[in-house]
Amino acid sequence: MKARVHVMLKDGVLDPQGEAVRHALGHMGFGGVEAVRQGKVIELDLSATDKAAAEAEVKQMCEKLLANTVIEKYTIEIA
Amino acid sequence: MKAAVITFPGSNCDRDLSVAFAQAGAEVVKVWHKETEIPAGVDIIGVPGGFSYGDYLRCGAIASRSPIGQAVADFAARGGYVIGICNGFQVLTEMQLLPGALMRNAGLKFVSKPLALRVATTESAFTSGYEPGQEIVIPVAHHDGNYQIDAEGLARLEGEDRVAFRYVENPNGSVDDIAGVLSENRRVLGMMPHPERAIENAQGGADGAALFRALTQVLETA
Repeated sequence: MKARVHVMLKDGVLDPQGEAVRHALGHMGFGGVEAVRQGKVIELDLSATDKAAAEAEVKQMCEKLLANTVIEKYTIEIA
Repeated sequence: MKAAVITFPGSNCDRDLSVAFAQAGAEVVKVWHKETEIPAGVDIIGVPGGFSYGDYLRCGAIASRSPIGQAVADFAARGGYVIGICNGFQVLTEMQLLPGALMRNAGLKFVSKPLALRVATTESAFTSGYEPGQEIVIPVAHHDGNYQIDAEGLARLEGEDRVAFRYVENPNGSVDDIAGVLSENRRVLGMMPHPERAIENAQGGADGAALFRALTQVLETA
């Protein structure tokens, strides 16, 4: 079973890197980019076979390590 | 006073921090990250600067969950003194021993230079050697020193007089110019600037020495 975790800065937390990307896109002629937020994708190969159990475990992983919930939010996809 | 200095893979200020403690009169023990216990009789733990675990995932994230990380958290929970400098500050916020988080510098550049700081409180073992509002010069060297905390957390820090140092000129976008913060019991300090790199004039200034001297005085008599 595979899990994919998306980690993004919470809304309202300024993302200096996203801002830099937005500026660069503007310089390159890509007008109309109003905002850029940069995050991480973390892919996990799991031995678990039960989807609900896997999702619960990955949620624990996110809370304890994969995301810093002071500034980041996350979503989990199980496939 | 006995100080333990932690070394993670990628720490690069552990030796400087040991020298700073020793110069202030402390006995220093180095503790490797795979250890699971802090040696007996330690009065203060130093979590040094550097790039622990290559800054993988987030700065300080892996170190804060390492075997010795739990021992540091337990030591602090028992009322032990801990100082985290630069990467050490990042580690302590990742452990949630200190509130807030350190993000990429607002200017995106690595900033490495001596900077003026204002001592925001002298009510701690770390800052009692300074005068209230005193300006001191301490070097910074970081890429992720942009201290952020929500409005409620900031109000709490300020209400409880827990901001230890502020930048005179903000180099990284930190909220309220914050360069260092104290825990609720005032025994855990995290700061981005490097006082251990300013302990003798040959380093370009010695304003950091008073921090280590004050610590030794407080902890010797404790």
